[in-house]
Amino acid sequence: MAALTLFEKIWNAHLVATSAGRSPILYIDLHLVHEVTSPQAFDGLRAAGRKVRQPARTVATVDHNVPTEPRGTPITDLIAARQIAALQQNCKEFGIRLFDIDSPEQGIVHVIGPELGFSQPGMTIVCGDSHTSTHGAFGALAFGIGTSEVEHVLATQCLGQQKPKTMKIDVHGQLAEGVMAKDLALGITGHIGTDGATGHVIEYAGAAVRGLSMEGRMTLCNMSIEAGARAGMVAPDEATIAYVKGRRFAPGGGDWDKAVERWRSLPTDEGAAFDKVVEIDAAQLCPFVTWGTNPGMVAPVTGRVPELSALKENDRRAAELALQYMALEPGRRIEDIRIDRVFIGSCTNSRIEDLRAAARVAKGHRVSSEVRAMIVPGSQAVKRVAEQEGLHRIFLDAGFEWRESGCSMCLGMNPDILQPGERCASTSNRNFEGRQGRGGRTHLVSPMMAAAAAIAGHFTDIRNWKFQ
Amino acid sequence: MSESPHFWQTRGCITPRGFREGGDFGKRTQPDYEDRAMKAFTIHRGCLAPLDRANVDTDQIIPKQFLKRIEKTGFGQFLFYDWRFVADGKQNPDFVLNDPRYEGATILVAGKNFGCGSSREHAVWALSDYGFRAIISSSFADIFANNSAKNGFLSVRLSEEEVAELMRRAQDVDNYQITVDLEKCEVRDDQGFSAKFSIDDFVRHCLLNGLDDISLTLQHESEIAAYEAQHPAPSALRTR
Repeated sequence: MAALTLFEKIWNAHLVATSAGRSPILYIDLHLVHEVTSPQAFDGLRAAGRKVRQPARTVATVDHNVPTEPRGTPITDLIAARQIAALQQNCKEFGIRLFDIDSPEQGIVHVIGPELGFSQPGMTIVCGDSHTSTHGAFGALAFGIGTSEVEHVLATQCLGQQKPKTMKIDVHGQLAEGVMAKDLALGITGHIGTDGATGHVIEYAGAAVRGLSMEGRMTLCNMSIEAGARAGMVAPDEATIAYVKGRRFAPGGGDWDKAVERWRSLPTDEGAAFDKVVEIDAAQLCPFVTWGTNPGMVAPVTGRVPELSALKENDRRAAELALQYMALEPGRRIEDIRIDRVFIGSCTNSRIEDLRAAARVAKGHRVSSEVRAMIVPGSQAVKRVAEQEGLHRIFLDAGFEWRESGCSMCLGMNPDILQPGERCASTSNRNFEGRQGRGGRTHLVSPMMAAAAAIAGHFTDIRNWKFQ
Repeated sequence: MSESPHFWQTRGCITPRGFREGGDFGKRTQPDYEDRAMKAFTIHRGCLAPLDRANVDTDQIIPKQFLKRIEKTGFGQFLFYDWRFVADGKQNPDFVLNDPRYEGATILVAGKNFGCGSSREHAVWALSDYGFRAIISSSFADIFANNSAKNGFLSVRLSEEEVAELMRRAQDVDNYQITVDLEKCEVRDDQGFSAKFSIDDFVRHCLLNGLDDISLTLQHESEIAAYEAQHPAPSALRTR
């Protein structure tokens, strides 16, 4: 039998129909839904008189719009409130499980999917959100779709898809102390570019990837879309199985052993071929900071904003526009860049391990008087665990704001936004112009780097940090 | 050959573009799904506007504050909002779409990796609602390309050299018109430019015929049902 990749095994197992001249039709195991990209899809179903084919395989939550003020505070943005109400109404009408704003399990869709055990190895998972790639950390094929495709999956539980190409990113060695999964993701995006993996599904492999926790793997797979990838994935192993075991929607009883046996057959076979292979040496990685307006514009924290002459001719104009927007000049030392705001959160970096790492940095220090810093846990469950561990005390004592869960300032659809000209160290995934608020300037970093920047008031190399 | 017999022929270039459905922001309107079929795309001739930037992301195409509408319509007024308008809401005279030369443009040419970032289909709805029928670039982000195909909006991939040439002509030639021909998979002008493009056969077929792909998938009902019989939803998901 031909040697197959993890991706090919999942793809083949989900083919419902292949006919000449049509895109293959793929079965979807799990459909995650949120308030922003779904209302038009439900309207489409109603207009066509269609039902949701598999309500049991459909899971919804509200995350993009929700304020991170204490729950119960009225939503003052009436249009956002209307969108949340629309999801509530649609879930009721179509019989879909909803983790609503007041649910103890509400959270960012890409945090609660894994946390509740919905996301499992070998699955096909979609959501009307590009960061659905996160769930690939479990050895699932997980990808973002638009609203038309959301409607398609609601109606048919299937999706016509052109088969993507495969790319292996092999990361040799181990990440050094202070270098997090986020730095690996930024390093890769900087290396292959924001369209380096377009049309491909990435499989992350190698010792450094095996050495990541599930949270770290989620951070890495989450950022796959920033390199243009259709999806990112990591083969399931003992860490994966241990993470899923016992979670609320994980297979139980006799189903568990059968599931584990199936999962163990998923990793890429020896000798399986990829369309593209990228080799990365973990020893070359360090804490990174983005300096521009896309996630591929990265520099080592010890480095400088690049000189335009050092860039490829094709990239110069984009860099020039980016620096203009970011109000930075070529050659500026990264550690000399002062910041006004810090955001620790988002589907990239809001899990318990991220908060523990940030708390370790913050412990015994004070946020700079020039900086406003907020921590937004990814879910109510993450928030509860953090509070049980006393992390919130460390943050509050240091002068960080401790808020309710949601997407928050990653994309500023709720009231958490940057003011024009404000500069932010952010653990989120996109530093696009205006992403965190019109005129706001975003620098992407790891949770440790963000916490350190909050305290120092400027970027600083976490590898030299004085932990208390 | 009759070109673009039914698209945008009646649309004048006098009213400010993209404001056709303005003024209802926040107001619930009945969705218009009477015709379930997607808008077809066959041949379109129109004015070309050059957006000389690479990596134009969907946050730029339609900023997040405009994603809260629950309709598919009315997004054109917010297209490229932060570039089109300065902070006080006045038009930014430096932005290409505010240049009177490109008023009425229905085709856009842009730098590589167009539509990267968020999966928001609102980006395609905004381009389409504003009056664009097609966009030309040397590469598109995958989700954007998928979304455009579902809306009868054509993403045309040409080589970097061809894109650069079209960009130059759109900048240099007054009222520069081109024809995007999906039947022949060709982009051409009246001054000797002609370039072939490739597109997935099935996507092309759906676009040419304006097919609703949910109906197409449901033609496979027996295969879907057979798959589901073999792979029922796990019991953990079936409990409430």
